[in-house]
Amino acid sequence: MLRINCPWCGVRDETEFRYRGDAHEPRPEVAAESTAFIAYVYERSNRRDWHFEWWLHVGGCRRLLRIDRHTLTHEIRSIADAERA
Amino acid sequence: MRGPARICAGSDTATAQPLQFRFDRRAMQGLAGDTLASALLANGVRVIARSFKYHRPRGVLTAGAEEPCALVDVIGAAGREPNQLATTIALQEGLIAESQNRWPSLKFDVLAINDWLGRFLPAGFYYKTFMAPGWAWERIYEPLIRRAAGFGRVEAIAPAQGTHADTVHAETVHDHADVLVIGAGAAGLAAARSLGSAGLRVLLVDQQRALGGGTRLDPRWQSWRDSICATLQRFANVHCLPATTVVGAYGYGVFAALQELAADESVAFAGLRERLRVIRARRVLFANGAIERLIAFPGNDRPGVVQAGAALMYLRRYGVAVGRRPAWFLNNDEAYDSALALRAAGIECAGIIDARVESLAADRARAAGIEVHAGAVVDAVHGRRGVSGLRLRDLQSGRQRKLDADSLLVSGGHSPSTALACQLGASLQWQDSIAGFVAKLAPESGRLAGAARGVFGMAAAARDGAEAARLITAQLNAGTQPVDRALDYDPDSPLPPDPEVTGITALWEVSGRGKAFVDLQNDVTAADVRLAVREGYEHVEHMKRYTTHGMGADQGRTGGLVGSAVLAAALGLQVQAVGQAKPRPYAQPVPLAALAGGETGAHFKPKRRLPLHDWHEAAGASFVSLGLWLRPLVYARQGGWDPVLVEARHVRGAVGITDVSTLGKIDVQGADAAQFLDYIYANTFSTLPVGRARYGIMLREDAMLLDDGTTSRLGPQHFLVTTTTANAASILEHMEFQLQAHRRQLDVHLTDVSDHWAQIAVAGPRARAVVSAVVSGLDLTNTAFPFMAAGSAQIAGIPGRIFRISFSGELAFELAVPAHQATAVWLALLEAGKAHGIRPYGLDALNTLRIEKGHVTGAELNGNTSADDLGLQRLLKLNGDFIGRALTQRPGLTAAGRLQLVGVRPIDSSRRLRNGAQLVTAGERSMSLGYLTSATPAVAFEGWAGLALLTDGRRCFGERLYASSPVHDEFTEVAIVTPHMYDPENQRVRA
Repeated sequence: MLRINCPWCGVRDETEFRYRGDAHEPRPEVAAESTAFIAYVYERSNRRDWHFEWWLHVGGCRRLLRIDRHTLTHEIRSIADAERA
Repeated sequence: MRGPARICAGSDTATAQPLQFRFDRRAMQGLAGDTLASALLANGVRVIARSFKYHRPRGVLTAGAEEPCALVDVIGAAGREPNQLATTIALQEGLIAESQNRWPSLKFDVLAINDWLGRFLPAGFYYKTFMAPGWAWERIYEPLIRRAAGFGRVEAIAPAQGTHADTVHAETVHDHADVLVIGAGAAGLAAARSLGSAGLRVLLVDQQRALGGGTRLDPRWQSWRDSICATLQRFANVHCLPATTVVGAYGYGVFAALQELAADESVAFAGLRERLRVIRARRVLFANGAIERLIAFPGNDRPGVVQAGAALMYLRRYGVAVGRRPAWFLNNDEAYDSALALRAAGIECAGIIDARVESLAADRARAAGIEVHAGAVVDAVHGRRGVSGLRLRDLQSGRQRKLDADSLLVSGGHSPSTALACQLGASLQWQDSIAGFVAKLAPESGRLAGAARGVFGMAAAARDGAEAARLITAQLNAGTQPVDRALDYDPDSPLPPDPEVTGITALWEVSGRGKAFVDLQNDVTAADVRLAVREGYEHVEHMKRYTTHGMGADQGRTGGLVGSAVLAAALGLQVQAVGQAKPRPYAQPVPLAALAGGETGAHFKPKRRLPLHDWHEAAGASFVSLGLWLRPLVYARQGGWDPVLVEARHVRGAVGITDVSTLGKIDVQGADAAQFLDYIYANTFSTLPVGRARYGIMLREDAMLLDDGTTSRLGPQHFLVTTTTANAASILEHMEFQLQAHRRQLDVHLTDVSDHWAQIAVAGPRARAVVSAVVSGLDLTNTAFPFMAAGSAQIAGIPGRIFRISFSGELAFELAVPAHQATAVWLALLEAGKAHGIRPYGLDALNTLRIEKGHVTGAELNGNTSADDLGLQRLLKLNGDFIGRALTQRPGLTAAGRLQLVGVRPIDSSRRLRNGAQLVTAGERSMSLGYLTSATPAVAFEGWAGLALLTDGRRCFGERLYASSPVHDEFTEVAIVTPHMYDPENQRVRA
């Protein structure tokens, strides 16, 4: 089980958080081609590496965190509030 | 005199406290402190079970949780529990145990024929044999296999008369520590003392009821152990948990452990039997020792073949000799301890067969008067129901000779316990000096010490434990104050010295005639492993699955490495190149009751009650559980549609009142609130005037519908979003995520106010008369407060909000008041409605009304429907960004052939409709063209009404199809109509 060091609440169990997906790709701008949106929605890699991901602290401060986690070892090397990520 | 017997006093048993128990209906006597296994041995019992596949007689192999053979049924007040380990069951007065896997009796077992048929029952037998014909599987093979398979028998554990059915047998406890020390042997105790004196919070757990591990088998260590245990007692920061087994390691310092309560503790805690302890620790120290392993030689499963270390444990702790003329078969010096101890206790030793040519321990044994056959192996065991003798073979000359013995104590070496460390991602490293694998753990997770790290010998382990503690203390460097320097561990303090030893020589298998087992629980032989190789299952994980080696409840702890070594030999590889199968939680069986803890029955999940729950209950409502909510389904105790339709008709004809407080309510405020809602919703909210509500739909980014509801503008920068009940939590999360991830520059604040506001709908042609009577400060006439108006008012003297929105299709008002004042408002409305015949309606009537009207809910917003599919495409705004905008344009979403929302009515109004019925044409073998999502008897017209998703549905209005439900044997002709089956012009809501 991950233990996530929330910048606002401290170290908490993974079960307090909701995983909100891959945080690598920014949402395309409104003017972007629909192919950009198709890539954004469907074409994601399943990497075995360091991985930026969104976690929403629903059982705590309800802030969105961007976490850099290694998908193989589960090691977390950085955690930042989405506003500062 | 032959066979096992109690010969002296043991450290754990109380000679003055005899206990009566029964095994297979035979009355026996044991002592307080015995395990069932030691008590059975003390009574001379050698055969305890029949094996899984071959039904061979089996006895006790070990003295602990790694036991593969001695499984029994225990029959208690609560029922019959199978697969209990005789080696870990604490003996109690009146205990009743029965052997398993035998019929009609343990002595004579019919399926023992399997043993003679063994050549026809190889590994993978089921896969190969029960292939054809197909019909035979269900009728012949499966019943046959089911009867023969498995261990033991479960019998309904019914509460005994006069006991509470709801006694909680297990609970969950959370522990926090700086360091979790697993194992309280020499290494663990030394480490705990050092860590404790450094001021760290220590949790010391051990599987045994008494701390000490291996030190309890050597009298020289008693004073050291007693003094260290007394010291630990004095540390407030050290918490010792005996009888607690760590069963899982989950990373980030999270561990699961199972604590078993002794009988007297269980009584003190009202029948509680076990605790699941969830441990969170900054570091872990594995001091959980090593497990003695088997040697695969023919007959290595005979009752009376016991591990050497277990024999020492039975002698020291229970005063039991596992045999009165034992022989030994071993390859390491550590195992000689049991020979010297049994010899000193006056037991006649038949001799030691040591695979090595010379060793220091052999010299000591000879000096004690024990014959040692060096450079020899055992290649046959005599006696079917118990060892009566054996044959040894000199490795050099090949000469064989017989040896008379009543038991054979075996040691193939000791394998460090690596399973938990491997769960943390540790790699295995081969160590020649112990002929075993040692786990290599990242130091930021923790460390290993003592035998768990391959450091054998008690004094060496104690020093190793202290050193590991020093390294962990330095690493945590918590700035903690040492509790008491004087108590700190002194590495130079005199410890009972370890004897000088000669190293192990690896020995895995002795060839010969007969079955040589590598897994005694699943009856896997060395020959089975070689068969797996011949059939291509060469990887250790494939071999495991093909042969079931190591898949038993004992996880193959006594034979796991032996199986790998046999596999390696068959492949011509070194065992380190083959490795071991990956261990996963749980390291040993965990009762489901322990995982459930107190979260059973009514406590399985929380219940959410409406603010008006008590009123609904008093009014005789039947409740339905939806999500966590308890909602009134209908105000009647009897089932059937009649009371539902009475309620629904009353709304259509007069006025009804219903509790809609479960709707999700999100308060949206800020300078950019309107802009944010334009992004979240597919339709526009920035143009919504203050004091008005609007129906809105949210899409997912892939353009499928996410949720719908009405949103009201309460002020220029203040909106109230309502969500469906089911999505209340997820829509809040969705909006928070979108705001913080993609619209973080906006000035918007989201507040969940779902529980703050109770909401009451008053619907029906006479709704205005009822609501006007309780509302002051707001003109509710149709011109002043038209359909989709929203405003604030005093409701029965309570400040609240009024929305003119309708789910039923009738003139309706929804009144929101603070939750704690809901009852006053509800009662005032009932009072005002008396003259108009007001009556409450439940969820079923609400559903009937909305289906007739063609309003969609979760059944239609099923994650596969787009706005266009449900006929909501006119809501999509043409300009500006919103979630789902781009992918709405995908050609596939607007192409012909999609399922679209339609209404369905049977041609014969006496026929019913069913959810899930498929829409087909009259012809046989018609493809499904769609399916019903909702169905109800109608009140606005005769017969039933349904909603369906139908291929190109909007082009099919007026056509006829069949609703087919083969499981109900129904085939009903239906007309496809507009989903707005009631008041399609929407006149009534505007009345």
